[in-house]
Amino acid sequence: MFEYAPAPESRDIVDIRPSYGLFINGEWVEPQGEERHKTINPATEEVLSEIAYASEADVDRAVEAARKAFATWSALPGSERAKYIFRIARIIQERSRELAVLESLDNGKPIRESRDVDLPLVAAHFFYYAGWADKLSHAGFGADPRPLGVAGQVIPWNFPLLMLAWKIAPALACGNTVVLKPAETTPLTALAFAEICRQADLPPGVVNIVTGAGETGAALVRHPGVDKVAFTGSTEVGRLIAKTVAGSRKKLTLELGGKAANIVFEDAAIDQAVEGVVNGIFFNQGHVCCAGSRLLVQESIAEEMLDALKRRLSTLRLGDPLDKNTDIGAINSAAQLAKIRELSEAGESEGAERWSPVCPIPDRGFWFPPTVFTGVAQSHRIAREEIFGPVLSVLTFRTPAEAIEKANNTPYGLSAGVWTEKGSLMLWAAARLRAGVVWSNTFNRFDPTSPFGGYKESGYGREGGRHGLEAYLDV
Amino acid sequence: MSERLAVRKTYKLFIGGAFPRSESGRSYVVTSSKGDFLANVSKASRKDARDAVTAARKAFPGWSGATAYNRGQILYRVAEMLEGRRAQFAAEVADADGVGAKKAGELVDAAVDRLVWYAGWSDKIGAVLGASNPVAGPYFNLSSPEPTGVVAVVAPPSAPLLGLVSVIAPVVVTGNTCVVIASERAPLPSITLAEVLATSDLPGGVVNILTGSAAEIAPWLAGHMDVNAVDLTGAAPDLAVTCEELAAENLKRVLRPAAKPVDWLADPGVERMAAFLETKTVWHPIGT
Repeated sequence: MFEYAPAPESRDIVDIRPSYGLFINGEWVEPQGEERHKTINPATEEVLSEIAYASEADVDRAVEAARKAFATWSALPGSERAKYIFRIARIIQERSRELAVLESLDNGKPIRESRDVDLPLVAAHFFYYAGWADKLSHAGFGADPRPLGVAGQVIPWNFPLLMLAWKIAPALACGNTVVLKPAETTPLTALAFAEICRQADLPPGVVNIVTGAGETGAALVRHPGVDKVAFTGSTEVGRLIAKTVAGSRKKLTLELGGKAANIVFEDAAIDQAVEGVVNGIFFNQGHVCCAGSRLLVQESIAEEMLDALKRRLSTLRLGDPLDKNTDIGAINSAAQLAKIRELSEAGESEGAERWSPVCPIPDRGFWFPPTVFTGVAQSHRIAREEIFGPVLSVLTFRTPAEAIEKANNTPYGLSAGVWTEKGSLMLWAAARLRAGVVWSNTFNRFDPTSPFGGYKESGYGREGGRHGLEAYLDV
Repeated sequence: MSERLAVRKTYKLFIGGAFPRSESGRSYVVTSSKGDFLANVSKASRKDARDAVTAARKAFPGWSGATAYNRGQILYRVAEMLEGRRAQFAAEVADADGVGAKKAGELVDAAVDRLVWYAGWSDKIGAVLGASNPVAGPYFNLSSPEPTGVVAVVAPPSAPLLGLVSVIAPVVVTGNTCVVIASERAPLPSITLAEVLATSDLPGGVVNILTGSAAEIAPWLAGHMDVNAVDLTGAAPDLAVTCEELAAENLKRVLRPAAKPVDWLADPGVERMAAFLETKTVWHPIGT
């Protein structure tokens, strides 16, 4: 392995305040509750800032502001709403380096990913939906589709700003106003986004950001003034939310967990497949709901594939997220690290074989080396439960039918991967995989024009594309 | 000469293409809108509901894997068979709803036309709800609708034929299979419809029809872990809430009862089909 000199991205570009209030009605306001929590850099455990945990009364204020803004925002011509959203997209591009650094600091993901994946997709998403705002009558939802009202949106910590974009851009384009709650461990880019709304002169109350943990999210979801609930996160919380909104007229979309299979057939281009499998599970430390966490490899090439995979993993660099050469950053929180450790230990105790490359781990912060389990049975917890970390479970198969059977043997259905050079086999497999996104001879690709979302217990509704509008229209 | 005594029909359940009695041995009395005795109808049990789900699951791969053209042909065949029994259905609808013979005939005609309308959708819905997506990179990217799976349907208590056909057709035309709880008050047209389905080349298990208490059966289906979606169109408000809560356990897709009473004669639009379709998006690199 080559030695690389450290190449850290400067953090001087970001300006983090010691504490933040809530962003309600276009203003920074102090929370009514006393509760404040620190948000830390998971790579160093350094305290970055203090954020408010919004109480029920705070959420109520935010929903009221959004309700008030809804009347005028929804009445604006679509072409005017479009221009506000285009402005936001442009400001994100202008400030993308700053936002990328901020994201890596608060989340722990490598700057290479926040800079080259997250931020370009965030800007693209706003650009894409800005263009829909004055074309909704052509979207296939009737001549004059109406917005729903106030959208309550709760997003996770794995792609903080990107998930914000996926939620806010279509909501605003359709004429809704929003109250968004970022994850408690990664609030800083959402708070920076509040400033972007001010720079764009977005009318007060159209976007409101309330920080907090589960209680704040629950208060938002059950608030009677919310017409639409959008959630990205765990299936467990998704179930609770579905129960909470039962019997109401609230429209609900859920983007939940996954346990995707990456199927490698014996005729696949091995080197490309190895790259894809590595990208599939080690991208963003495996903190990806659509991660290819199960490798299903055809028995005849399993040994060759595993050797190549291990060679490749030995070249991954784990460490400082702000270093431009880093491949694997920090685990987002102590709690998440504990969960990854627990499931990995279960993998060993249930009889799977554990392997990690030699990989120095920094002294401070939360880290987990890339890990591969072989000899995994379908009944093992590491083959069934979402680990949400850099842990790959390897299973083998003999026939295409067996591959499909195993791939679909999960309550989840978010994504899947197929690797083969044979077009007919690829299309055959893609048609049988019960998953919302099928990547063939590639993995973890995202685009604002491409609908994303799951089958079965991975949730319902789609984000992205024309399909993504439906979640925010009264249709 | 004495008047001939009519041979009455035994009304049973429709599960997996067969007509079993309820395994529980239970039945209940169905009367006309005037209160006259019409039949003792099977009262489905939890075991019957589970058997129906098993049959629907078993039928799903074949039905969803059939060509859209084939599904359209079969639905059109159902319309043909229904048309052939127009008089029988009109009599049953008149008994159930207390409408005159002319109105009853019109409702049967509307049900036949509804089936023909949905039959034509089988090979067009993909073009309307699918998309070729222009992603910013060298990738082929295609989104297509696919059936959700096994759908439990609470049929509307009124409109025992037209309403029933209007909830079954959009579910199955796209490749789903279903378990339908017929109108509790007026179930006879549903079982006669089952006889039509059984003679229309529709594979057994694609449509399963249960008669009995919706308040009893619907929660069993809404809480069943091998059901993918519930259509609560015919559920009373309290029952709909109970079912939606139960459905959350495995994140079933839920079609709530409409906020306003449904006009079954109006143009249905694509919403009922869209409610039980998933969007699958396939990516593949482009290159030499």
